Amino acid sequence: MSTRNTVERREVRSVRRGVPVRRARLVRTTAFKLTIVYLLVFGVLAMALIAYISNTTKDLIDRQLETAIVGESAELVAEFRRTNLFKLISTIERRSMRPDANVYLITDFSGNPIAGNVAKLIYDPGVARGDTTFPVRYTRLVPSNRGTETPTHRALARLSVLGGGYRLLVGRDVEDRIEFSAIISRSIRGAMVVVAILALLSWAFISRVVLRKVDAIGGSTRQIVAGDLTRRLPTDGSGDEFDRLATGVNTMLDEIERLHAGLQEVSQNIAHDLKTPLTRVRNRLDETVRTQPGQGERERVLAAAIEECDQLIRTFDALLTIARVESHSTAVTLERTDLSALCADMAEFYEPAAEDCGMRLVADVAPGLAIPGEPTLLRTMIANLLDNALKYGTSDESLVELTLRRDGDAAIVTVRDHGPGVAEGDRARLMDRFVRMDAARSKPGAGLGLSMVKAIVGHHGGTVSLEDACPGLAVRIVLPLAT
Amino acid sequence: MKVLIVEDDADAAAYLSRGLNEAGHASDIAGDGECGLEMALGSEYDVLIVDRMLPKRDGLSLIETLRAKDRHVPILVLSALAQVDDRVKGLRAGGDDYLTKPYAFTELLARVEALSRRKQTAEFEAVYRVGDLELDRLSHTVSRGGQAILLQPREFRLLEYLMRHAGQVVTRTMLLENVWDYHFDPQTNVIDVHISRLRGKIDKAFAKPLVHTVRGAGYVIRTDEG
Repeated sequence: MSTRNTVERREVRSVRRGVPVRRARLVRTTAFKLTIVYLLVFGVLAMALIAYISNTTKDLIDRQLETAIVGESAELVAEFRRTNLFKLISTIERRSMRPDANVYLITDFSGNPIAGNVAKLIYDPGVARGDTTFPVRYTRLVPSNRGTETPTHRALARLSVLGGGYRLLVGRDVEDRIEFSAIISRSIRGAMVVVAILALLSWAFISRVVLRKVDAIGGSTRQIVAGDLTRRLPTDGSGDEFDRLATGVNTMLDEIERLHAGLQEVSQNIAHDLKTPLTRVRNRLDETVRTQPGQGERERVLAAAIEECDQLIRTFDALLTIARVESHSTAVTLERTDLSALCADMAEFYEPAAEDCGMRLVADVAPGLAIPGEPTLLRTMIANLLDNALKYGTSDESLVELTLRRDGDAAIVTVRDHGPGVAEGDRARLMDRFVRMDAARSKPGAGLGLSMVKAIVGHHGGTVSLEDACPGLAVRIVLPLAT
Repeated sequence: MKVLIVEDDADAAAYLSRGLNEAGHASDIAGDGECGLEMALGSEYDVLIVDRMLPKRDGLSLIETLRAKDRHVPILVLSALAQVDDRVKGLRAGGDDYLTKPYAFTELLARVEALSRRKQTAEFEAVYRVGDLELDRLSHTVSRGGQAILLQPREFRLLEYLMRHAGQVVTRTMLLENVWDYHFDPQTNVIDVHISRLRGKIDKAFAKPLVHTVRGAGYVIRTDEG
């Protein structure tokens, strides 16, 4: 099949380029784009949230630390002023015994350590001012094992001047806080990885599902374009977007198939049923040329030929109107039409013609019924029905009834004669184009009346049915009322 | 009557011209829209026949331009486009009548003559008279030879239209459009029956018939002498 070849060729071409077709198609899918968007949005939001929480927590902890340090510094300075250095030192030593002890250091005016629980203290002198807390690094002496130091920790410390050249340093360990920050960072990184993996998985899954469905649609449409109008897109009844799309496209295909069939029918009709009268005209004119009749005969033949041509033109027009109306291809908009007035008008118009045929036309029209419609088409419809009734509905009781009444939100138009009627089997065929009942072949007209009626009724969104009126034929048209 | 034919199909234009000449009218031909506009502006014509599809300037544009320049010459629009919308467009552009192709020449002639008559009688005539038949448009009464005749409203309008165009041929389609405002094509001779009913009321009891059938064209109301 040609389609398979083109697909293969495309794949081969792109493999030669080095980019497999599947990957390029995956990247172009909406699923991929959506996934990227979700990934970015979620990622940014998550990071922002985590950053906010961690910063706020850090600030909180920092403030607490600072308050604690400042408070303790002030407390110890006050004690020194109240008592003396030795008291202070013993207080510090006592506090250093606590498991969660702060960092304490007392130095003399030259910076030599006098008391405290640090073994080594490292800090940048530039930042060590009296009124701020500044970061330091320190080690402690292990109490149980003199001579060894703990690993270097970080702390925040504050310097206070005791007087007499002595200075006090109070600090608090911040390793916990740093550990906390590290945990946050690790969490963020971990979360990002998990999100990325999940996104990739869902993207791959969605893409595969989506691509499979798109491929199914693509395959079906290729076959339809190739000419198989009976094919329809597969639906799985899940009601999702693809199902709805497929259902919509299938409805469209139904309509296309119907129009296509209608078009073929029109072509066949034109070919067969219009060639007959054309041939008739041609033959008659040809005969005139051959037999060279007298002036009077010649005039008669020419006049008859013109009349035949006129009838042909009318038939063509009718066919075109039917085709146009059936295909909804016209821009004719339906306007609010007073159907009651229209029916009453038409009855009045046809009443003399009925009388002329020796029949009675009786109208029973309910007033005030309006429908969305096209007046000319509606008049054509009623004219065709009345014409038919007057032509075929003759009998002893020559009565033709045109009724219009309301039934809920619909208008019902009925044209009924009391004639011989139509057999049940024939009633369905009667609305096809060019069908005439055998008895009617002798009467004028091309047999388009009822198919025109059917087309016009369909155009107005209604239904038409032929019923046995016992006696006679009743044509019943249901049209939706204007809202 | 002087008629301007604006039609790019030379054969169709010649056919029209010949027919009009045979009917006793003078005619000029313009082969495209620009030429047609020029000629219409340059001379006084009684009626214009304008085809819709024209080179250089299409028919509707020609009509709109003429109307914009305050030229009120009656215009008959010819077109193969037969839908309701097309007719409305043609009339809205400023055309006075719309005839679809293919048409019978008698139809066109009748409409052209009716249009030229419309131009002439601008003032309102209260009473139409043909022979001894009188129709009073204000009181809606009809009498012949002094005898009052009772007509249905539709019959009155039918007679009124015939008498407005007394002496001119009036086609069935013209009657359908102007008396009933119908634009569909009844396949049978419904109009003929209405005319014969009218005849029954105004002609039957009287010596001289006024309503005459013109074979292949339509009807005319006139006294035999006129």
